[in-house]
Amino acid sequence: MNRIAKAFEQHKAFIPFITAGDPDLETSRKVIEAAIENGADLIEIGIPFSDPTAEGPVIMEADNIALRSGTTTDRIFDMTKELRNRYPDIPFVYMTYANVVYSYGTERFAERAKEAGIDGMILPDVPYEEKGDFDPVLSQYGIDLISMIAPTSKERIAMIAKEAKGFLYVVSSLGVTGTRSSITTDIGAMTSLVRQSSNVPCAVGFGISGPGQAAAMAAVSDGAIVGSAIVRIVNEAGIEAPGKVGAFVRETADAVHSVSIV
Amino acid sequence: MPTNENGRFGIHGGQYIPETLMNAVIELEEAYNKYKNDSAFNAELTDLFNEYANRPSRLYYAEKMTKDLGGAKIYLKREDLNHTGAHKINNCLGQALLAKKMGKTRLIAETGAGQHGVATATVAALMGMECVVFMGRVDMERQALNVYKMRLLGADVVPVTTGTGTLKDAVSQCMREWTSRIADTHYCLGSCMGPHPFPTIVRDFQSVISKETRAQILEKEGRLPDAVIACVGGGSNAIGSFYHFIPDKDVQLIGCEAAGRGVDTGETAATINTGRLGIFHGMKSYFCQNEYGQIAPVYSISAGLDYPGIGPEHAYLHDIGRAQYVPVTDEEAVQAFEYLSRTEGIIPAIESAHAVAQAMKLAPKMDRDQILVVTISGRGDKDCKAIARYRGEEIVD
Repeated sequence: MNRIAKAFEQHKAFIPFITAGDPDLETSRKVIEAAIENGADLIEIGIPFSDPTAEGPVIMEADNIALRSGTTTDRIFDMTKELRNRYPDIPFVYMTYANVVYSYGTERFAERAKEAGIDGMILPDVPYEEKGDFDPVLSQYGIDLISMIAPTSKERIAMIAKEAKGFLYVVSSLGVTGTRSSITTDIGAMTSLVRQSSNVPCAVGFGISGPGQAAAMAAVSDGAIVGSAIVRIVNEAGIEAPGKVGAFVRETADAVHSVSIV
Repeated sequence: MPTNENGRFGIHGGQYIPETLMNAVIELEEAYNKYKNDSAFNAELTDLFNEYANRPSRLYYAEKMTKDLGGAKIYLKREDLNHTGAHKINNCLGQALLAKKMGKTRLIAETGAGQHGVATATVAALMGMECVVFMGRVDMERQALNVYKMRLLGADVVPVTTGTGTLKDAVSQCMREWTSRIADTHYCLGSCMGPHPFPTIVRDFQSVISKETRAQILEKEGRLPDAVIACVGGGSNAIGSFYHFIPDKDVQLIGCEAAGRGVDTGETAATINTGRLGIFHGMKSYFCQNEYGQIAPVYSISAGLDYPGIGPEHAYLHDIGRAQYVPVTDEEAVQAFEYLSRTEGIIPAIESAHAVAQAMKLAPKMDRDQILVVTISGRGDKDCKAIARYRGEEIVD
């Protein structure tokens, strides 16, 4: 069983997202370590992009900060390698945009990512129809291209779920990333559609602000992803970010883990 | 140039967008396929083109310019005479009519120079639709008059402060807005770019330019031109000017990219000349980018050409050598802006002046029995203040 599958095995999974290089790579590494030490089951590492069209203002700003601080794909590979050496079992997934991978050379990217210990890739601007540019190459290197479904996917869900690898990223709401006061989509209806064609774990992301919402989303899926809420803590806490993110992850992971597996 | 079933032009194009938008573009493609050959739809659109937008636009023989340059005979395709002063209205009328048929009640659009924003706001007013235009903060300053016009026409203009505060950021923000509100909203994309089917839809609505030019030149000269020249940002007036000449291999097609301060300076927006293959804003094409695929900040005196990418059909025409894409600097464009004003009494948009500049270079090297068609994509009123400033003169209102 691979690392991603294991993350969903024991209990519902809590997946924090951290923008690499915000405010700098050294802090990001410490924040990721704090998240792992405090119960995160899988880490989503954002490779910053200049023009992230699926992101709301918080992650957009984090991407800007990261790029201004000199963060590059190569330096993120180095950071990932260090983390992988220290934590051999936790799954790492990169979240970035198609051009970051394509422009680097998809094969070259896959090779370096594999060396760094990456398990999966999330590319929000690569839908089912375009995955042929990436999936075959990533697969050769044992990296899962994570598929996404959205509230607008409807009849597309079965088609996407059938070929999903690693886990399925369930986009909770319309719009871009960022916390929302409430999530009104019927996530349970989406995940049961997935269940009709696949056993792949479903993790819900976009708009989850804290432990309560994370637990509620985990109750109707297999896990919860929190991005903007964590990135905001990093941006506000500066040097104290690892401690503050650690505390947030502890609370949220506990809430998610306490949801029983049906 | 027919697209294949995945909306590709060679390797370019595609649908690199969030899953949230996939059903929206599929729905758009289905609607477009239903209406594009529908005689009632086309009759309605032609009526709007002719009665509202002032089509067909003139193909004007620029006799003084021709004599002054002493070479090829120069014709100007006068898209500047369209209602709202640019080619943008062709696409907006088509897309708004399509959106209405789809039951959409709200249009959103990005704009650079403001011409597409004004055209979208105009058709929204005409058709009784809600309209929101996203415009970079820097462009709002450069094109304040167009901001006023859009608001006068009833549109909401939203400043975009992210990134470089220019056209690419406006496109990104418009895509974000579309993912948050799809059911009642059509994204009226302004150029032949973005995810399939936009490059095809925009090209088809703009191809009225070359359809008319072809008939007009045959009537006036009894033959096809030797070259067609148009400016290229995303490339909508150029693809519209080229399209019906693509099968005519003897007609040279020349796209003029904004070189800004020069292709070697880093302050440029010449995508084909300085960019490389990438994936951005929904499409695979050429983009100005750094070694890590981060989209480069681009620069041009022209807000309408200040874009780091190019439409996928142009990328393909470049790949197969059917069209040439040449860089034209700010200085060359400003000189052409002044030259056409003085010589023919026509003030072109600074975007279009890039095409005029290329004609000024080419015409003297050509024979007198050769013919050049230059698309004047828009009028230059909006640019007077900025060009005056470029020449060290402040215009005080």
